Amino acid sequence: MNVLLPDGASAALEMLAATDGTAVPLAGGTDLLVHWPQRFDDHAKTYVDLSGARELRPHRWTDEELVLGGLTTYWDVLTDERVWRELPLLADAGRQVGAVQIQTRGTWAGNIVNASPAADGVPVLMAYDAVVVLDSVRGRAEVPLSEFYTGYKAMRRQPDQLVVAIRVPRRPYAVQVFEKVGQRRAQAIAKVGLAITRSDAGWRIVAASMAPTVRRCRAAERMLEDRVSVNHPRDFLPAIEQDVTPIDDIRSTAAYRARVMANLLYHHLREFCDFIR
Amino acid sequence: MTLYRIEGLAKLAGRERYVDDLPLGDFLWGMTVRSAVPRGRIRAIRFGKDVNWHDYVVVDHRDIPGPNEVLLIERDQPVLAADRVRHVHEPVLLVAHASRDAARRAARAVEIVVDPEDPVLDYRRPPRPDQVQYGSDNVFKRITIAKGDVERALANAPVVVEGVYETGAQEHVYLEPQGVVARLDGDVLTVVGSMQCPYYVLTALKHALARDERGLRVVQAPTGGGFGGKEEYPSNVALHAALLSLKSGRTVKIVYDRGEDLAATTKRHPARIRHRTGVAPDGRLLAQDIEILMDGGAYATLSPVVLSRATIHAAGPYRCDHVRVQGRAVLTNAVPFGAFRGFGAPQAQFAAERHMDAIARQLDMDPVELRRINLLRDGDTTPTGQVIRDRVDRIALVERAVDLSDYRTKQRAHAAHNSTNPRTRRGIGVATFYHGVGFTGAGEVKLQSRVWVAGLPDGRVEVRAASVEMGQGTITVFTRIVAERLGLTPGDVVIAEPDTSRVPDSGPTVASRTVMVVGKLVERACDDLRLRLELAREDRGDTLRDAIKAWHRTHRGEALIGEAVYRKPPGIEWDDVRYRGDAYAGFGWGVNVAEVEVDLPTGNARVLDFVAVQDVGTVLAETLARGQVQGGVVQAIGWALTEECRWRDGAMVNNQLTNYVIPTSADVPPIRVAFMETPFEHGPLGAKGLGELPIDGPAPAVLNAVAAATGADPRSIPLTPERLLDLLERAAGVAATVT
Amino acid sequence: MMARPPKRSPKAKRRPRARRGKTSTPEVTGQATISVNVTVNGVPVTLEVPAEERLLDTLRYRLRLTGTKEGCGEGECGSCTVYLNGLPVNSCLVPTFQARGAAVQTIESVGPDELQPFLEHGATQCGACTPGVLMTARWVRDHPELLERYSIRELMAGNLCRCTGYDGIADGLAAALGRVPSRT
Repeated sequence: MNVLLPDGASAALEMLAATDGTAVPLAGGTDLLVHWPQRFDDHAKTYVDLSGARELRPHRWTDEELVLGGLTTYWDVLTDERVWRELPLLADAGRQVGAVQIQTRGTWAGNIVNASPAADGVPVLMAYDAVVVLDSVRGRAEVPLSEFYTGYKAMRRQPDQLVVAIRVPRRPYAVQVFEKVGQRRAQAIAKVGLAITRSDAGWRIVAASMAPTVRRCRAAERMLEDRVSVNHPRDFLPAIEQDVTPIDDIRSTAAYRARVMANLLYHHLREFCDFIR
Repeated sequence: MTLYRIEGLAKLAGRERYVDDLPLGDFLWGMTVRSAVPRGRIRAIRFGKDVNWHDYVVVDHRDIPGPNEVLLIERDQPVLAADRVRHVHEPVLLVAHASRDAARRAARAVEIVVDPEDPVLDYRRPPRPDQVQYGSDNVFKRITIAKGDVERALANAPVVVEGVYETGAQEHVYLEPQGVVARLDGDVLTVVGSMQCPYYVLTALKHALARDERGLRVVQAPTGGGFGGKEEYPSNVALHAALLSLKSGRTVKIVYDRGEDLAATTKRHPARIRHRTGVAPDGRLLAQDIEILMDGGAYATLSPVVLSRATIHAAGPYRCDHVRVQGRAVLTNAVPFGAFRGFGAPQAQFAAERHMDAIARQLDMDPVELRRINLLRDGDTTPTGQVIRDRVDRIALVERAVDLSDYRTKQRAHAAHNSTNPRTRRGIGVATFYHGVGFTGAGEVKLQSRVWVAGLPDGRVEVRAASVEMGQGTITVFTRIVAERLGLTPGDVVIAEPDTSRVPDSGPTVASRTVMVVGKLVERACDDLRLRLELAREDRGDTLRDAIKAWHRTHRGEALIGEAVYRKPPGIEWDDVRYRGDAYAGFGWGVNVAEVEVDLPTGNARVLDFVAVQDVGTVLAETLARGQVQGGVVQAIGWALTEECRWRDGAMVNNQLTNYVIPTSADVPPIRVAFMETPFEHGPLGAKGLGELPIDGPAPAVLNAVAAATGADPRSIPLTPERLLDLLERAAGVAATVT
Repeated sequence: MMARPPKRSPKAKRRPRARRGKTSTPEVTGQATISVNVTVNGVPVTLEVPAEERLLDTLRYRLRLTGTKEGCGEGECGSCTVYLNGLPVNSCLVPTFQARGAAVQTIESVGPDELQPFLEHGATQCGACTPGVLMTARWVRDHPELLERYSIRELMAGNLCRCTGYDGIADGLAAALGRVPSRT
């Protein structure tokens, strides 16, 4: 294993460019280091350690948005009272990532680029219309998170690019829901993750662990925009079938996932929508 | 006396040295190369070309000096597979290297080429002829218990209730993985490791290494949890480390990674249990016909005795004149199942206690009342014909649990909650159960356990026994027993490190026997010490200390040792052929009440409140005893709800702690514990065993609560959200058709 | 048929070195060994560590601070919890080189007077999870404001314990916080 130790973000970008993108950026390490002694193939790679790029750590508020840094951790966000008030789903999701020992190391940007379909941070960011800010020696680029993934572990990040910020718009929300369904209440990987928001921008329904990527569920969103009347959880199933492709895996079954997503949509939305009874 | 855990501060401060913490100087890391397939003939072993094998120590079955057998009940399990494999992860080859990483890479670079044969992967199906690998039918052990005339009683019973119940494999998840260090001290091979039974390891080493005791020494290192998982399995790890050490002449350490530990070591036996019960309309049990089928895995290990305990406990703590229990443990090509806290009794009593609620539902009776009617009274007999006469008030235990849990109030509150809450359903469930203490039947007589209590030159006394501390409190409880018996302070008492070169064989640290059986020996060895000093019974404290010091002044260099050897309590008789008689010298009794909330959209069941009431005789260390109960309850809640071994082709595929899901602190409520203490005449200070009882009751109590909450009728554990949601939808479908 | 491992001369080729990006230039291949200055329990130390070394292994095998335990190596059990710049982390998930310039505290930094409430309430049984438990618990004790938002049981959920059922731990921490532990 080889490590490059840049002393700042621009040095990191140069190193990523100079290695033709074969080097892997390393932030909190909470995904990479899992079962590390047994991961021989990963030992053979070159990494760019971002811990020297301290300028990427802080998050900041502007009038229009919350800007998370490329190294902002879950804990950084959880210790900001304003997040709990204004963008509470970030706190809801953040406190359910692993446990405190993971929250203090894991980063929001890392959660995005690790691209796990079961990510906890990504669905709430997506439901808030977050934008991924990528930087490289070639210049900056911005991609809406909802358009960031192109397939399983595939994304619109070029190998020489680094996520240097995540822009989360500040909007008044009429509905904000996040529910993570895991096998236990902490230290769980989502079997189903669901984030729902409603603002002037419309409904957002984002599902995790239901498809190769975390994704927006446009058919379900349309049902809400069109005020399609719903009388039973199963009325959501056709939309779910269009939106996602759950599978049987080590943690759950496709049937359970679809059923639970329908149940949760029904249960939560019934509170807000008079066309759901 | 208030006695905190004697070694507690060392553990809290991180000063306790477990096997992986021992300073070893120069040593090699040992790794195990395992089979990738469940069954077949080994055709070839290929050594990867990218490894410089010259730098490695490599051991295979030809390096075993004695018989290639892990000596336990049977001799069917090889130390290292020679020509065939019977389960995935079966050890075939060992490698060692000074670098752990290099040893890992080398182990991965070995390919074991196997011509596969058809494995048995479902214990519930009878084997085809080409799948038979043990005897004529793959049955490791059959046991039948018969009392009265079951067939006739069933035929005459006004109501017969049937049910089939299943329990899954459970992994121990001791937080310290398996680990052993082997080294040569001159001619003596010393093995230090994480283990429950130093003398089991010694016996296994003697046999396979063809050495006698003088050339062997086994030392138990502080052990980070066992729960049965370190009863028989450490013999395998010890043999492997010893073989590498013998071949290399070096110190060798084997410490399993968690993934290896989860995948390759033993689990609780899966079981399917069928009940057919005749009942009177008033709820009296008239006949119990029970069949138990257990998955033993690929080798016999301890399956025959696990099955034995399961059959003896299968009928539950109830009076019934006509009982038949038929048990079978069968071979499959799964990783061998083995000892796990409760040892068959949790599976058996899960079925019995769920079935009691099924009976109550069918009779439209209150589950508590049904139990009250049927619970054993003093003078009643168990299925083996053992007369219960221990003065424990089992009805009072139930009343205490009902009282503490606000059972009746909560039932009413739940009815209100369930009729209005859009999302959740609540319910409360009960289980009553018992656990036989010590080895079954003649087991303790065969063991002939021995304990020494030595008077040291400085006047302190030292307990020498092979019973280990693994978190359950041996050190603290032995200290109290000696201090009380001899009038000493805890500081005057030393508990010797379990080291076969200096402690006698007090038997294995299993079967809840350490306090009741070995503790009694400690007490008697104290008396013997006093006898050797020619002191009277009332000579205690300073008199005793002074006498010990004086003895040493006149016997320089000699050892002053009081000894006790197991004696069967009077009136205990057991017939191992007919399975009749006194199965255990004593029983612990328990009642659990669980309050559960079921989340309808997701099928998640959560325990809201839990009360555990038990009578285990006198409690010797209150904080420790309460902790044992709480830990056992939570371990059982995991088994009931979330802990599932997922198998593919005989291999556990969720061998990660993120996917094999044990409860966290956020998943369980405070466990409320109460003891009723009826002194037991044959135990030290009136104490009985406690370690296993707490894990017998929670699974059925929790499922009974789920049934009460939802109207569903769950019969298998783990009751994962996937399974529960299915049951709920089915129940809803039925309800929809009815209305 | 069993084959013996092939015998080769000691000079035979070693296992291949880590593969490198095929077009990479020498100045950007990175370092395989890294010099790390880190303060451990208040004592500054300088270490040369392989890039792949985990902080857990550095503490246990290099610095012989064996109080920190490995329970899973996957960031689930919390037995390896230490403080990195004052915050609890799983040291099995931290590459040692990321501790450059950091302050690390381990269980060896905990004073004996801090342990008593945990002893009295039965927070330890087998002891394998205990040092990690203590590190998290002590962090909560030092930040009681956390309890305005989180429960003790949520904050302790990153430390798996298989012996106590968590009551002894929760009660010990409550006592350390000067609260009344829940009791039957």
